Amino acid sequence: MTTAMTEPPGPTARRGFGALPGWARSAIVVAIGVGLLSVTATLTGQIQLTSSGTTQAAVRLLLPILFAALGGLWAERAGVINIGLEGMMILGTWGAAWAGYAFGSPYAAVVGGLVFGALGGLLHAVATVSFGVNHIVSGVAITLLGLGVTKYLSTLVFFPISGNPRQSPRVEGFETFSIQPLADLLADLEAGQRVLLSDVAGLLGGLVTGLTPLVVLGFVLVPASYLLLWRSSFGLRLRSCGENPVAAETLGVNVYAYKYVALIVSGGLAGLGGAALTLNPGQLGYLEGQTGGRGYIGLAAMIFGNWRPGGLLAGAALFGYVDGVQLRAGGEAVHALLYGGSLLALGLAVMWALRRRWQTAAIALVAGAVVYGIYYSTDTVPREFAAYAPQIVTLLVLAVASQRLRPPAAIGMEYRRGEGD
Amino acid sequence: MSRIRTALLPPALAILFAALLCAVALMISGASPLTALGAMIRQVGEGTTAVDIVNSASIYYIVALAAAIGFQMKLFNIGIEGQYRLAACVAAIVGGLLVLPPVLHTLVIILTGVLVGAFWAGIPALLKAYRGVSEVISTIMLNAVSIGVIAYLIRDEVFGDLQGNNISTTPIPPSGQFPGIPTGAGTIFGMVFVSVLLGVGYWFVLNRTRFGFELRASGESPTAATAGGVDAKRMVIIALVLSGAVAGLAGLPEVLGRDFAYTLTSPQGYGFTGLAIALLGRNNPLGIAFGALLWAFLDTSALALDNVGVPRDIVLIMQGSVVLSVVVAYEIVRRYELAAEQRRVAAQLRGAPAAEKEAVA
Repeated sequence: MTTAMTEPPGPTARRGFGALPGWARSAIVVAIGVGLLSVTATLTGQIQLTSSGTTQAAVRLLLPILFAALGGLWAERAGVINIGLEGMMILGTWGAAWAGYAFGSPYAAVVGGLVFGALGGLLHAVATVSFGVNHIVSGVAITLLGLGVTKYLSTLVFFPISGNPRQSPRVEGFETFSIQPLADLLADLEAGQRVLLSDVAGLLGGLVTGLTPLVVLGFVLVPASYLLLWRSSFGLRLRSCGENPVAAETLGVNVYAYKYVALIVSGGLAGLGGAALTLNPGQLGYLEGQTGGRGYIGLAAMIFGNWRPGGLLAGAALFGYVDGVQLRAGGEAVHALLYGGSLLALGLAVMWALRRRWQTAAIALVAGAVVYGIYYSTDTVPREFAAYAPQIVTLLVLAVASQRLRPPAAIGMEYRRGEGD
Repeated sequence: MSRIRTALLPPALAILFAALLCAVALMISGASPLTALGAMIRQVGEGTTAVDIVNSASIYYIVALAAAIGFQMKLFNIGIEGQYRLAACVAAIVGGLLVLPPVLHTLVIILTGVLVGAFWAGIPALLKAYRGVSEVISTIMLNAVSIGVIAYLIRDEVFGDLQGNNISTTPIPPSGQFPGIPTGAGTIFGMVFVSVLLGVGYWFVLNRTRFGFELRASGESPTAATAGGVDAKRMVIIALVLSGAVAGLAGLPEVLGRDFAYTLTSPQGYGFTGLAIALLGRNNPLGIAFGALLWAFLDTSALALDNVGVPRDIVLIMQGSVVLSVVVAYEIVRRYELAAEQRRVAAQLRGAPAAEKEAVA
């Protein structure tokens, strides 16, 4: 149901840039992105675009999305669409707040979120794997159920303590730490206000200061998921359930068991995303509606990342960054991003023109001109739009890039043991 | 007979199961399920509750029809939420600004809602058809964006009116309002009848027109439909836009019949409810009507439950478990019937070869 019309990559894609190994391509894209931000920040005077504070906010904002996206990865690689991530995340926020309050430790909160999310994943597995219910239907139902159960439980459990049925009492958060002496060094460089160098130092500085164990866990889980899913026989079998379950069955793989495991892990990861929200330094505790659709955004980040761990990290980072910019610096900074966007469109137009894809180049050029026109004729982006800049950026990126995406082949399909043809 | 059983047995079982589940949840929390049930049934006769149920069922009916149109094509229009809210907001703005004679004014407002809903659904439709972007993801993103657009549109200096602490659009004058039917207890929205007409129209288009056939065929088997000359891209766009157009009507019963303006506190969350009710009703216009009434009944029970000291959120659990158990129940019954069918065919085949041999001899 995701990409109905995937185009096989043309021969041009394999030469030059496409022939480089994956890590080199990612490095080049990141370098271009940082360069673009640096130029934009310098020319528009919006230093917040590359400050360490922005990166730090971005890391805090991307963390729940990253966990949800990893949850989506596990489920969808095993062939189950998991739109119930949102519901599992809601369960995770409640579980984390309850465990955090009952045991008085942030580590207990993390475990609580994990367990509650995993319960949601188990329910999804029962419905979709054992009963063959449509995956999206089950996901929507789980989201409804997650909302209902948490509201009910917080009226029952939190209301007598906090006096507010929509909120839990405050829970203990993690102590933050920084990687020294790297953090101080980068802070000094950033304060120097030299073009490019200070920008890079600012962006990196935010990544090594104000860390919590949960942030570290999130960033470790990305390569860990990659190693488990792509470099182990367990992962190969799990992914084969998402690509061709009947073929996996003929090789003796217990497809049901793998799907159950994948969904329980998926729910647990979504629950960790919920715990990340509960343990967010700004708002320590459960608050009704605090997920705000981040489960869905995680799913979008995963699709954006082409069902790959590295890609979903990029998707979550993009989302977290834009969100961090709009939260810390507001409409003016988002306005400056428009300038960066028009530069990017110009660059893409040149690239496509060099490849003699004139039509695509012309479209990119026109788009760039329109964006620049908006930038030139306005001073700021109204705060109502700025708040939803991450969603708009995600939508635009998907519109440009989604034809190159390749979802697992058997995603969303019902599988019954012994009934393959 | 067996068809009716296949259609009615699963929801009945599911509602029973969900009720059982909630009874257990209630007993754990120390409340009596019987008290709760009594309060839920008694509330229907009290005050304006019965009329309230009909009114909110009409809204649910419209959103569920919108969802069902998408489901026919196996499209998941999660964006109904954004579509109906933006449509209601723009329709209220247009209604408050225009000065027109009575009936025409109302029609213009309704048409605006339909067009805005269709436009907002058109974005994911085009993205899906031409760029292959999953409609699930794009509509979720657009739901969030629509909140921003609405907040901008009803800002004081744009189209909003600051009244006390609440900000809203300019009130719609009486010429634009949709008159309701006053009963002894509450007023039935005029839009209730529009929703009934919509249901009839939905049934007619799907079952009695070529377009409806093509729509269902594309949903059942895209390859077969393409082979039959149905343009898949066109069907995706039409189905999503149509779904959005219907969704555009969903906010209007309240705007035209009760609030006469769109405010920041206008109700939200109908979109997901619509998906759930369409599932409950199996995309069947009568089934959806039943689902909408059930949902509205559960909604109003929340208040009654509060009054007898039962946490009102049990209603949300009830709604969620009804949806999940209904789909599971349908699946179990389908498998059971499939197995029964196979046994029947096998039995017939065992008899057939013997008869054939006799014929040859």
